Amino acid sequence: MSYIHVENLIKRYGNGDAAVMAVGGMSFHIQMGEFVAVMGESGSGKSTLLSMMGGLNTPTSGQYSVDGLVVYQLGQDKRADFRREFLGFVFQSFHLVPYLTILENVMVPLVTVKTNGRTKRSMAEDALSRVGLDGKEHRLPSQVSGGEQERVAIARAIVNEPPILLADEPSGSLDTKTSREVMDLLRSLNQEGMTIVMVTHSPECAGYARRLLRISDGLLVEDVPLNGKDT
Amino acid sequence: MTLKDIALRNIRRRKAKAAFVLAGLLIAVSTAVALLGLIEAMNLDIQKKLEEYGANILILPKTENLSLTYGGLSLGGVSFEMQEILQADLARVKVIENAANVAAMGPTVLGGVEVKERKVLLAGVDFEATKILKPWWKVGGTLPSDFGVLLGSEAARVLALETGDYFEVNGSELHVSGILAPTGSQDDQLVFARLSTAQSLLHKEGRVSMVEVAALCNACPIEAMVGQISRALPDTKVMAIQQVVQGRMETLDYFRKFSYGVTAVLVLVGSLVVLVTMMGSVRERTSEIGIFRAMGFRRSHVIRIVLLEAGIISAMAGILGYSVGFASTKLVLPLFTGSHTIGVIFDPVLAAGAFAAAVIMGLASSVYPALLAARIDPTDALRAL
Repeated sequence: MSYIHVENLIKRYGNGDAAVMAVGGMSFHIQMGEFVAVMGESGSGKSTLLSMMGGLNTPTSGQYSVDGLVVYQLGQDKRADFRREFLGFVFQSFHLVPYLTILENVMVPLVTVKTNGRTKRSMAEDALSRVGLDGKEHRLPSQVSGGEQERVAIARAIVNEPPILLADEPSGSLDTKTSREVMDLLRSLNQEGMTIVMVTHSPECAGYARRLLRISDGLLVEDVPLNGKDT
Repeated sequence: MTLKDIALRNIRRRKAKAAFVLAGLLIAVSTAVALLGLIEAMNLDIQKKLEEYGANILILPKTENLSLTYGGLSLGGVSFEMQEILQADLARVKVIENAANVAAMGPTVLGGVEVKERKVLLAGVDFEATKILKPWWKVGGTLPSDFGVLLGSEAARVLALETGDYFEVNGSELHVSGILAPTGSQDDQLVFARLSTAQSLLHKEGRVSMVEVAALCNACPIEAMVGQISRALPDTKVMAIQQVVQGRMETLDYFRKFSYGVTAVLVLVGSLVVLVTMMGSVRERTSEIGIFRAMGFRRSHVIRIVLLEAGIISAMAGILGYSVGFASTKLVLPLFTGSHTIGVIFDPVLAAGAFAAAVIMGLASSVYPALLAARIDPTDALRAL
């Protein structure tokens, strides 16, 4: 039984002649623990698809469910709870909060979780340790390198141990070496059982995945398995 | 890490914006506190002045005669029958509803006597009550004992008497124990003796000609007290001397209304400053709010962050605003009252009111920006996603 269901998902912006079809009826299923790369040219609709899978962008029509939960039938608050419990986001431009320290940034998803402060801190420190950022907890994002900022973003995405990680060009702003380190990190998270859906332009990064969804003009044109790079 | 921590960190990061909101609220609150403090202090000043004015209610015997004096001039050669009040009846004034407002009651008996072949008005008074009723009296010498008198300055001059002299009235020898410094009033013309002494000399035992009452409070229900005394002493005519006080109270009332108007305008301007600044702050933080929403923050969490920020700044503005307003009142008060003796006292109600007003103003003005923040579309906010 598949874990993520995308059924004829459509996203249209605007009305009438000015309407733009960003996603034009996409259907696919993802099993728990899969590592899926989504590729396509700019404007093909891959980021729109990812934002809909993130529960952030209501589709014009179609159905999207995770673990039996029909996401867009949920109210705003329940959808926020869904994001907190099921999803971790990694954005291309990191999107760290500049006035919070690295540790505090990682703790952001835990702010609304009903757990005591000490436990939250310990969870954040564990997440930072997993991405290899011990000892830099009290620095501001501006005081660390781009690669380290990306690691902070990944630590923030996994701090509350969500089952799904949605990554948008996670290595897009990084040099080749750092990009490989980040991809190795994502692969190790996947090996620990996390389902990963990653949007990328880079064939090398896509090579880390075990399945490729290729999108063109808002349509799914290719759905093929990949071997994944050897560890 | 809590919502409050995020709010505090943001305040620290956007110091200029926070300072602007703080300044807007501070000006409104401190001005309101200063104006209200001034009104309160001026009220106290009036209360003090009231005490200095002495009597403000006069009890006279009911008469059908019209007064034949005007501006201190009397129509010579006209004799009139003087009616009197029974001294024993005055006890009824002590049980009227507002008896607690009666600070002093001075019964006075008046009658003409002959001193050194000259007609002079003898007034029998209660010298203890006189200290409150006529605080402006300056006595050269001492207050009289049973067979002593106090002379008005003009009476002493005309009768050529000095402190320590003796003279005779109706067969009794009286001793001049003191002379009043000129008061500019009719008191300068009179010879004052103890009430009992004067009653005896005038053969008016147990009777008084008039009673002066000092009701000492700025918001005294003078008219109500006049009514109460009139009912207690139905055979008398009770009058309130309130022109001066009323004039000052009216001026203060105008100032009070003006202050409320200024305060209302400042509150409006302060609220607008908060509204505009908070809206600017929310717009600047669109992507940050998008991150929070993507991380599972509900709309209510975003609203709480914005309102917490506004609440923290407003609370600071409340405390600072009261302090600045209080200090301003102290500085400005002497210019308004011309007196350095009236102090400004800490008013916990005003302090609590200023604090509450600042917080309410800050929060109320931030509700719309907070709702705006909560309505931010996370997809629009995170364009890179």
